[in-house]
Amino acid sequence: MKKHILSAIKLTVVMILFFTVIYPLAVWGVAQFAPNSGKGEIIEHNGKKYYSNIGQAFTDDKYFWSRPSAVDYNASGSGGSNKGPSNEKYLAEVQALIDTFLVHNPGIDKSEIPVDLVTASGSGLDPDFSVQAAKVQVKRIARIRNIDEAKLNQLIEEHTEKPLLGIFGPEKVNVLKLNIALDEISK
Amino acid sequence: MNTEILGIIVMFTLSILLAIPFGKYIAKVYGGEKTLLDPVLNPIEKIFYKISGINPQTEMNWKQQMIALLTINMVWFLLGMLILMTQGSLPLNPDKNPGMSADLAFNTVISFVVNCNLQHYSGETGLSYLGQFWLMFLQFVSAGTGMAAAVVVFRAFRDKSTTSLGNFYNYFVKSCTRILLPVSFVLAFILSFEGTPMTFEGKDSITTLQGDTVEVSRGPAAAFVPIKHVGTNGGGFFGVNSAHPFENPSYLSNMAEMIGQLIIPMAMVFAFGYFIRRRKLSWMIFGVMTAGFLMLAIPNINMEMNGNPAIAAMGIDDSLGAMEGKEIRLGAPASGFWSIVTTVISTGSVNSMHDSSMALSGMNELLAMMINSFYGGVGVGILNFFIFIILAVFISGLMVGRTPEFLGKKVETREMKIAMIIALLHPFLILVGTALAAALPQYTMATLNNPGFHGLSEMLYEYTSASANNGSGFEGLGDNTLWWNISTGFVLILSRFLPIIGPVAIAGLLAEKKFIPEGDGTLKTDTATFGLMVFAVIAIVAALAFFPVLALGPIAEYFSLY
Repeated sequence: MKKHILSAIKLTVVMILFFTVIYPLAVWGVAQFAPNSGKGEIIEHNGKKYYSNIGQAFTDDKYFWSRPSAVDYNASGSGGSNKGPSNEKYLAEVQALIDTFLVHNPGIDKSEIPVDLVTASGSGLDPDFSVQAAKVQVKRIARIRNIDEAKLNQLIEEHTEKPLLGIFGPEKVNVLKLNIALDEISK
Repeated sequence: MNTEILGIIVMFTLSILLAIPFGKYIAKVYGGEKTLLDPVLNPIEKIFYKISGINPQTEMNWKQQMIALLTINMVWFLLGMLILMTQGSLPLNPDKNPGMSADLAFNTVISFVVNCNLQHYSGETGLSYLGQFWLMFLQFVSAGTGMAAAVVVFRAFRDKSTTSLGNFYNYFVKSCTRILLPVSFVLAFILSFEGTPMTFEGKDSITTLQGDTVEVSRGPAAAFVPIKHVGTNGGGFFGVNSAHPFENPSYLSNMAEMIGQLIIPMAMVFAFGYFIRRRKLSWMIFGVMTAGFLMLAIPNINMEMNGNPAIAAMGIDDSLGAMEGKEIRLGAPASGFWSIVTTVISTGSVNSMHDSSMALSGMNELLAMMINSFYGGVGVGILNFFIFIILAVFISGLMVGRTPEFLGKKVETREMKIAMIIALLHPFLILVGTALAAALPQYTMATLNNPGFHGLSEMLYEYTSASANNGSGFEGLGDNTLWWNISTGFVLILSRFLPIIGPVAIAGLLAEKKFIPEGDGTLKTDTATFGLMVFAVIAIVAALAFFPVLALGPIAEYFSLY
């Protein structure tokens, strides 16, 4: 028994060295060749930097709104609402989000609102929304920014990311990239 | 065809196609045969053994194996308590996160030592990078522990009559260095290039396009995330696990993480067949596991795609499916698929919030953990399945009126008693835990995030996840309280070590017995008929133990929605 304890301690120490020093350093070495040296992918715009993978809150009417978030897009943490599908208080909140959307977007029928615009993502930091989520906001933005709707639709088209290799997974639009491009064309 | 469904089919098929040759590799590793990585790893392992004074060739019987296993686990537990409680004043802490309270450290360390990874903290605020690295170490070694135990069972059926079953340290070290490490490294490579951070810098502060100031947590995640999946651990670097856009940045990273977690549990089944030279038996086991897996996964994909009827009734476009708690880059179908993969095998990492799954999806996630042997965790999955095989052998034996035999060994009273205790322990821990939590609302009521039937499901899920050593959660539950930390901590210890000791003991006892050559009357265990028998045993045990509580939780919720 005593022999086992001593062996166990010694084996633990050398394995700690191997798995928590050598292995991470090897991965760190690989990551130096990755985008932005493994510090998270960055977009620079007007001298400011943003993380392209970390969603941002867009609540202003002149921007494409991002999805609701349980942590207000503060990436020092992360979290979903964790509301169950039958929770009545939660369903009332969803209804309220729909009503707010309709008030800010006159002329839109509620059957055009995609579900991702009224539900919070799992991380609270979702960088994307669906193509329909972008399209349903075109009318509002065209009016406020005084841009042609067709031009906005074309912008969305350009920023639609196709499924992986064109065949796997969903289509999506990165909200931050879309809004940066929107600022660009309305200068 | 729908690109989201196609993605799932490719993920699953690729996993199987990779698992078959990998199983052969695993069998070679444990059999001590030559493999590709020998030139690199032989010298490293030699250093390990030299420093620790271990001779990896010393043969052990099953009891010595278990003593070695428990001792080293004890060392990890004590060291872990020390590190997590003092991490606040240790190096590698750029975000100045504090040390853990005693009860939280107790829960966290046990949880990672037993390969469960319930996380009652959030990585961003609860751990320093040193703490994260310690947990990463535990993710390697706890997976290695489970695999080493499974190999003891492999050995017991390879040799005809024996008490010496190899060396625990040999199996354990090889599992970590030759199986877990290479796969993790490949995955780390993919993740770094997909955008998972690997930096020692702390939080970054940015001003958003709209003008808000927010902070962004980073860290050495690309080293941590792979072993979380490859070792079927599931403990995330960030609070929301693989739903976090840093931990799972793209659909490609999602596929890679999915394959990373399926490959070893599947490969262990094939390794068993190669190792004992009965490949047909592996296919029987794999067939039963796959049938069970698909019966849970397909409905979940479907239900998550169809969305929440209560939201559809509000008249909006819900063609994307149930998007509450899900990410756009992954989509509802892949999230539904993941929710079953992560619960049948004991990973417990999540890429969507299970608390917001549809009612019956939640039930399937629970059932997957209640059964806990459709693939199952690395090593332990096959041990759990082994218990069901023994039960099926016994029942079939009674039906045809012969002494039950498995692979030429008589299964007698002592083995049956152990098998029964282990089979009933899991429901016992889940149901007693949940019943206590429901009976003592002063400790639990305030921690629930949802009322009614779903609230009961939250408590049931927590104990099921603890007892299955899974680690996912209905995360709305405010689980960092004395009650949850301590009660699930004890469930974790019992549900880890007894289901390892039980099957190893049975195998050890059978190995000592005389070998009876196969005759005309021998029950063939590598046939579809016997597979059906095993499946029936699993289904009956699960239904008898769990149907009542499922009726009170998810099933009742389902009927309240439609």
